[in-house]
Amino acid sequence: MIELAIGIILGCCALGAGVAMIAGIGPGIGEGNAVAKACEAIGRQPECKSEVTTTMLMGCAVAETTGLYALVIAILLIFVAPGRLVDLLMNTIG
Amino acid sequence: MKTNTRGFRVADGLLLLLVLLPLVCGMVLKVLFTPASSDIEIAGALIYFTIPLPYGGLPITESQVNSWLVILSVFWLCLYLCHGITAQGGTKRQLLCEWIVEKTQDMVTSNMGQTFLGFAPFVAAVMALSAFSSLLSLLGLYPPTSDLNIVAGWALLVFFLITHYKLKCGPMHYLKSFAEPAPLLMPLNVISEFATPVSMAFRHYGNVLSGSVISVLVAAGLAGLSRLLLGWLPGVLGEIPFLQIGLPAILSVYFDVFSGMLQAFIFAMLTMLYIAGGFPAELYAKRQEKKAARRTKSNA
Repeated sequence: MIELAIGIILGCCALGAGVAMIAGIGPGIGEGNAVAKACEAIGRQPECKSEVTTTMLMGCAVAETTGLYALVIAILLIFVAPGRLVDLLMNTIG
Repeated sequence: MKTNTRGFRVADGLLLLLVLLPLVCGMVLKVLFTPASSDIEIAGALIYFTIPLPYGGLPITESQVNSWLVILSVFWLCLYLCHGITAQGGTKRQLLCEWIVEKTQDMVTSNMGQTFLGFAPFVAAVMALSAFSSLLSLLGLYPPTSDLNIVAGWALLVFFLITHYKLKCGPMHYLKSFAEPAPLLMPLNVISEFATPVSMAFRHYGNVLSGSVISVLVAAGLAGLSRLLLGWLPGVLGEIPFLQIGLPAILSVYFDVFSGMLQAFIFAMLTMLYIAGGFPAELYAKRQEKKAARRTKSNA
């Protein structure tokens, strides 16, 4: 019985981590848009290439934030949560 | 100063040695404390020792020690670069340090304005610390930037600076800035205030950590594949993971070098933008003018 409980904990943690990383879609689309527009801008005005690149990198970094939140949640679910939850289970069973 | 005397060269060598010494120390410590195991595994920073305190121990981890070592190393590197600087200029080393100083000052003036020129050393220090910390993974050491505690410390420092500059016009003005554009939005403003350091820390840490996790996964996967495909080779040949040659190096160039540098740049850039953005420059200048006028009136 306890094996089943631990199995459910581990499986659900892994599943949760995978589901959390769906958030990666958002930054992907957003950064793709940003880079596409930056390429267009450089094509129109090649002389301001360095400024456009800097601004684009900054924007990409900010757009990435939501994806990284999801990543942190996924890492916590994979590396931290199973141990904690199994400990909790063991303590409640005694 | 003459640069070709014997003493100068000895001092040069000594400084270079001092640059490398902390890194070697870090490697020795890592080798001494790593438990013996041949498997590739993803683990957090090692705990070197724990300082006993009345309310629970204070663990001194690998990432903390490594960040001190990076600080030492960068300190000696700066001294090495500045060694033998003359007013006439000339040596390549001096040109390099002048280039660094000029670039930093250019960046600070273009992003923060002339009033914040004094921030150039701070920004350069943050950038160097972050960049060299991320580059530490090239030596096989644990990069301090992939530990949330270290980066959160830097982000907290930046948060205090931002708040300090927001408070420059008095606490009333600071509190009033939360009720803009409408008092109804106050909770959101408070949340976004606290989200600044959190997002800065998570961004840097997440980028570096995800890179190292992916590198380790790819290396482990290639080792398994190599054992599966080339395991039939006789003797020692079968045990060497030939497929691990090449691909992890390319990944490392992206994740360790490019991504680390980019994150250092972005961290410094965000620091500058947040500090300059929070500072109510116009109001502050107006108040300073008023103060100066009052002082001259009372003097007259």
